[in-house]
Amino acid sequence: MFRDIFYTIIGFLRTLGAFQLFSLRILANSPSIFVRRFSLVVKQVFNAGAMSLVIIMVSAFFVGGVLGLQGYSNLSKFNAEDSVGAFAAFSLLKELGPVITALLFAGRAGTALSSEIGLMKATDQLSAMEMMATDPLRRVLVPRFLGGVISMPLLVAIFNVIGLFGAHVVAVGLLGVDTGAFWQQMQATLTLPDVYEGILKSVVFGFVASLLAVWEGYNAVPTAEGVGKATTRTVVITAIAVLILDFMITAAML
Amino acid sequence: MRSATGQQLHATSTEWPPIAALSTCMDQQTDNVIEIRDLDYSRGQRQIFKGLNIDIPRGKVTAVMGPSGTGKTTLLRLITRQIRPHRGTIKINGIDIAMLSQKEMFRMRRRFGMLFQNGALLTDFSVFENVAFPLREHTRLPNRLVRHIVLTKLHAVGLRGAADMMPSELSGGMARRVALARAMVMDPEILIYDEPFVGLDPISMGVIVRLVRKMNDALGISSILVSHDVQEIATVSDQSFLISDGKVAASGSPDELSETPSDLVRQFMHGMADGPVAFHFSAPDYAEQLLGRDSE
Amino acid sequence: MQQTRSVELGAGLFVLFGFAALFFLTTQTTGSDGFSGDDVFEVTARFENVGSLKNRAPVAMSGVTIGRVRSVAFDPENLDAVVVFEIDSQYGQIPDDSDASILTAGLLGSQYIGIQAGGSDFYLENGSEIEFTQSALVIENLISKYLFNSGSDSE
Repeated sequence: MFRDIFYTIIGFLRTLGAFQLFSLRILANSPSIFVRRFSLVVKQVFNAGAMSLVIIMVSAFFVGGVLGLQGYSNLSKFNAEDSVGAFAAFSLLKELGPVITALLFAGRAGTALSSEIGLMKATDQLSAMEMMATDPLRRVLVPRFLGGVISMPLLVAIFNVIGLFGAHVVAVGLLGVDTGAFWQQMQATLTLPDVYEGILKSVVFGFVASLLAVWEGYNAVPTAEGVGKATTRTVVITAIAVLILDFMITAAML
Repeated sequence: MRSATGQQLHATSTEWPPIAALSTCMDQQTDNVIEIRDLDYSRGQRQIFKGLNIDIPRGKVTAVMGPSGTGKTTLLRLITRQIRPHRGTIKINGIDIAMLSQKEMFRMRRRFGMLFQNGALLTDFSVFENVAFPLREHTRLPNRLVRHIVLTKLHAVGLRGAADMMPSELSGGMARRVALARAMVMDPEILIYDEPFVGLDPISMGVIVRLVRKMNDALGISSILVSHDVQEIATVSDQSFLISDGKVAASGSPDELSETPSDLVRQFMHGMADGPVAFHFSAPDYAEQLLGRDSE
Repeated sequence: MQQTRSVELGAGLFVLFGFAALFFLTTQTTGSDGFSGDDVFEVTARFENVGSLKNRAPVAMSGVTIGRVRSVAFDPENLDAVVVFEIDSQYGQIPDDSDASILTAGLLGSQYIGIQAGGSDFYLENGSEIEFTQSALVIENLISKYLFNSGSDSE
């Protein structure tokens, strides 16, 4: 039994070490790919970012709408329904925007990345590149990683704006909160550091979600079953990592 | 028509001396392109090679055969250093590849062309872009020249007309021919075929067999064929190695092999169901298992 | 080629849209309180008790924020609290006999410094000190005072 635990721990440490080395290799290769093979990155920004827009925008609108409803019904108990704008903005910019976007990103773009890379591995495309003296890490993984890193903060910003719009539609349009009060209260409570905290989170989540997605794809067992498992694991691990990191960043920023 | 294609291929390769040709000047010219000595490799508990010795002669078609699971594909990965052996040396043109840095190994790989089992074409590129891929990655040739080279190679495998198709639209045999064109595009010194005949209909198989021979003779490259299709290998190869139990069990021309008095070689060459490679996977005694005596 | 171009166009539009959203968030959701913090002068004031006054708390006159608290420190010699705050230099004409008090925004809100204008012809400038100050109201003191008074009344 102790043997099993010992081997589990050793295996975990090995994976952790391998992941670190992998991250370093990805990061070390990122600048030169960004400069020299910019068109590859552009394509991945399209795949990871522009292709996720629909799900992000629809989700954001309804999340914002819910915030408007909840905020209104709870704040009106204290006669503070004018603060619904501040409430929605605070929740969106600092927490919900980055976290929900990261989770949706893991589901939409992350899975697409890991299954695509896993499939390339399963069909020997990565080996073929290696045989053509092209490093698949540089040619395939790094552009996809960069695409995710660039897309995430922008997706979060779009999520926040659409979310605020949703909250505005519900609170002002449906529930009759005054437009002026909605924005006034928001602007009076929210400070730039609050906005920066959200941006910081989105950048960190972008790195983590993209890195985990390419890692899982690259290390997938090269079979149909292995690729499926890697895709599932991408979502699970990204979700856990994002929520833990969210807690840590929030605690550090208090 | 056939010889014209061959000459055309020749013409391009002299017109445009690629890296392979330039860098050979630096090595000593040995009779064997690849020399494998005392190679040991094991995956997990299973030892795949123990003391393997193989010489691949220059300018010939060499076949490496063996029952499934003898590690033929592993051998190819070892030769191209996608994995490293636990013991023994692999020399390419007299250079021990274990000594090369990662960068030098990448340069060494440019002398290889490799044809994967299923072609391994890049799914999001067209046929043309697939063949052009190595050129775009490693050279700064103008578009017109790239086009010229790619179309020449595609013409050589008879698929110039499929240049604009996507890999998903190709049949298995066509995909393999495209992959062959791609493997040829950098004018390699050594062409490696991993199971080139698996899952093809007889016509496609015949086409590939002819192409293997033609490429080898027209371009003066050395070909390594990993396969277990005895018939096709007999028609195409100059020399064969039969691997079993991690060692070379027999070697020689196809005719010599089929006359080897070893049971194993005979079983393999003539496709007999039972022999040294047993029909039954190792299992407890049949009668005892049926009576359920080993159930605890 | 056509496909590549539309991919590039899509990615470009996405990035543009994203940056527009970022710009909107940083400029439109946060309010500037009319105090930039670029061009300021420093004023000190001594208080017996600052309550829970914090750095960066607002300094207000007639309810308009004109500055921010820079530091709150205890002076061991005079046994009182020294508060340094900065005021935007566009408000350079505050009489130097104005008084500063520590006020609370709302019943349980955060504390800020409120300045009441005096009648002097001289103005506060960099380094000057406000002499008339009123300490923070500490709620425990108020309660005990009230209890004490009501106790003596009933006697």
